[in-house]
Amino acid sequence: MIRTPLRPLARILRAREAGQNPDEIEAENIARREAEMQIRAHRTGEQRLAITASVFVIAFAAVAIKMGMLASAAPAEPRVEGTRQAIYSQRADITDRHGRILATNMQTHALYAHPDQMVDPARAANELARIFPDLRADELLRQFTVPGRRFTWVKPRLSPEQMQAVHDIGEPGLLFGPREMRLYPNGSVASHILGGATFGHQGVHSAEVVGVAGVELFFDERLRDPAADGSVRLSIDLTAQAAMEEVLSNGMRVMNARGAAGVLMDVHTGEVLAMASLPDFDPNDRPRRATGNDPSSSPLFNRALQGQYELGSTFKIFPVAQALDLGLINPNTHINTTTPMRIGSHTVGDYANYGPSLSVTDIIARSSNVGTVRIAQMVGVERQQAFLRSLGFFEPTALEMSEAATGRPIVPQRWPAITAATVSFGHGLAASPLHLAAAYSTIANGGTRVTPTLMAGAAPDRGERVMSDAASGHAVRMLRQVVTRGTARSAEVAGYEVAGKTGTADKPRPGGGYYQNRVVANFAAAFPASDPQYVLIVTLDEPSVNRGGGESRTAGATAVPVAAELVRRLSPILGLRPVDQDALPDIAAPADLALLLARND
Amino acid sequence: MRSVLFVFSAIVVMMLAVWAYRENYRTQAAMNEMVAVQREMSSLRDDLTALRAEWAYLNRPERLRELVNLNFERLQLVAINADQFIDIDKIAFPPPRPVSPPRRPEGFVPPGEAQITDDDLTGQDASEQSAAPSADDEENAP
Repeated sequence: MIRTPLRPLARILRAREAGQNPDEIEAENIARREAEMQIRAHRTGEQRLAITASVFVIAFAAVAIKMGMLASAAPAEPRVEGTRQAIYSQRADITDRHGRILATNMQTHALYAHPDQMVDPARAANELARIFPDLRADELLRQFTVPGRRFTWVKPRLSPEQMQAVHDIGEPGLLFGPREMRLYPNGSVASHILGGATFGHQGVHSAEVVGVAGVELFFDERLRDPAADGSVRLSIDLTAQAAMEEVLSNGMRVMNARGAAGVLMDVHTGEVLAMASLPDFDPNDRPRRATGNDPSSSPLFNRALQGQYELGSTFKIFPVAQALDLGLINPNTHINTTTPMRIGSHTVGDYANYGPSLSVTDIIARSSNVGTVRIAQMVGVERQQAFLRSLGFFEPTALEMSEAATGRPIVPQRWPAITAATVSFGHGLAASPLHLAAAYSTIANGGTRVTPTLMAGAAPDRGERVMSDAASGHAVRMLRQVVTRGTARSAEVAGYEVAGKTGTADKPRPGGGYYQNRVVANFAAAFPASDPQYVLIVTLDEPSVNRGGGESRTAGATAVPVAAELVRRLSPILGLRPVDQDALPDIAAPADLALLLARND
Repeated sequence: MRSVLFVFSAIVVMMLAVWAYRENYRTQAAMNEMVAVQREMSSLRDDLTALRAEWAYLNRPERLRELVNLNFERLQLVAINADQFIDIDKIAFPPPRPVSPPRRPEGFVPPGEAQITDDDLTGQDASEQSAAPSADDEENAP
């Protein structure tokens, strides 16, 4: 900007010539300059005011808009930190198929100590030892008097009475932390399925509850997820499960067995309605893992899922069903049953001599090893293997339990003629009772593969077709013959048309070979035979019963009566209507309910 | 005029301040109440869990079995068996309530041949017709 001089020379000279005072020119210029400056300052001020005003307008408009939005928005409950966590920190429940609780939580307290805040550690230690007999006063005192120690756990779980007693000591250094405890209200019922839970990371104010086995471990993530309602509804029926455990336990005692297992499965969906293994344990107080070599001696061992047994003659229906499916035989085909039969250097014999030939139905009904081997030879090794594979005998079951993966069947590596022969009557291939239940479900449901599951509400699973409907029907009718006139006559239960197959397998010695007098007795049943709904497997470990003066170990004398009692007890519980009772009882209507006729007057 | 405006806006500002103050405290009170309610919900939920657990514990099969055995003399409860199933048509259900047809209105004259027309008469005296049978229904009920 070019400054206008205050005393421009040209005007000064002119003014001097005119005799005017040149200072007036200067004053005039100063006044003009100041006026210009004033105008500029005024304009700047106006601009600033406008900016300030617009900032205020915008700010107030923002507040007004926000208030308007708040006023018009639907009122919602504001979220406050801290309270929700307390609600959802709980581990989700596990229920049976009807929603009855199998596992839930309970609030308890853990006891810890701040030794530096203690008034009288010696007295506290003595009093604690008096309240908890498993704690020792001198040990506690030693812990309370370690120099520099400011924190120590005393007891992970307290009952309310114990907590009150500790309160009554009045020691300020003894403090309580809330604890969520996993509770299994039904005690040992379904203990193997549920598994158990323990504390994971422990803090003063809370502790993580983590599953250690069974369903608790398998669904651990889901049960612990605080965001979702992760409760698990199992396919187990609590009443049926409890009844099964009761009957099995009685049966085990009567049959002098070392252990027992039972599986009840829906043949259409593969849902396991009850699965028991005895001896069992209380998941509220889970025993420690077995230290010995033999896992089956521990009550934690689940015979129904982890126990791999040679299932004996219960396998005989598989080659027969396959041969029926392939059209190689029909139920009346006569098969050479001359015993003993030689395969290479080995001999296969029957329990008794059944004559030169038996019909296929009789082979099953009377459980002829030789006849079954001959049928298996007609089928051939490769097809036999493929069939057993399609029934699921070559891999662990997909049951929703952490132990399922360990239940891997023991399948022979090589498959020479003698193996093919022994596998056909259930020796040489070891599988769990659950495998057998799934395979029998396939036989019973019309020939489609069944995947065992513990989740309720599984839709009827039309799995891969393993055999034709007709072959399946023939097989079930043959199994029915086993009960009506064969080796399992004591399994007959009025109304429920039990069809099944016995199996008595010698127990293998740990070193090789077989025990002479130790067996695993199995009974695999499907009922009712006219329209099979359920499959029941009963396995007794080393049963032996005195019958008519002699000791008997056969499945027909041991597992079958137990299975019959189970069918008798469980079928009504499951709401299964008896099938063959034509004349159901009449119930007379009470007199006061006699029909009133409508009048028309 | 200006001073009136100033006084007026000052009053408005004061009123707004009072309103905002009260809203603030009301909000805080509501928040406190909500925290209390949520705490109560949480404790009730805990109680509910405990009661459910207790219910399940009291209904555990083992205990029910013991109770059944203890009270066998009085209740004679045994396990359900197959004989307890019967056909549903064997069960005597209470008969349905008889429904009487509406009585004829007093002084009813059946229409003669000539009175039957093709005209729609429904709208004309529907109110009179509907009133009469309903009153009759009442006294006719068994």
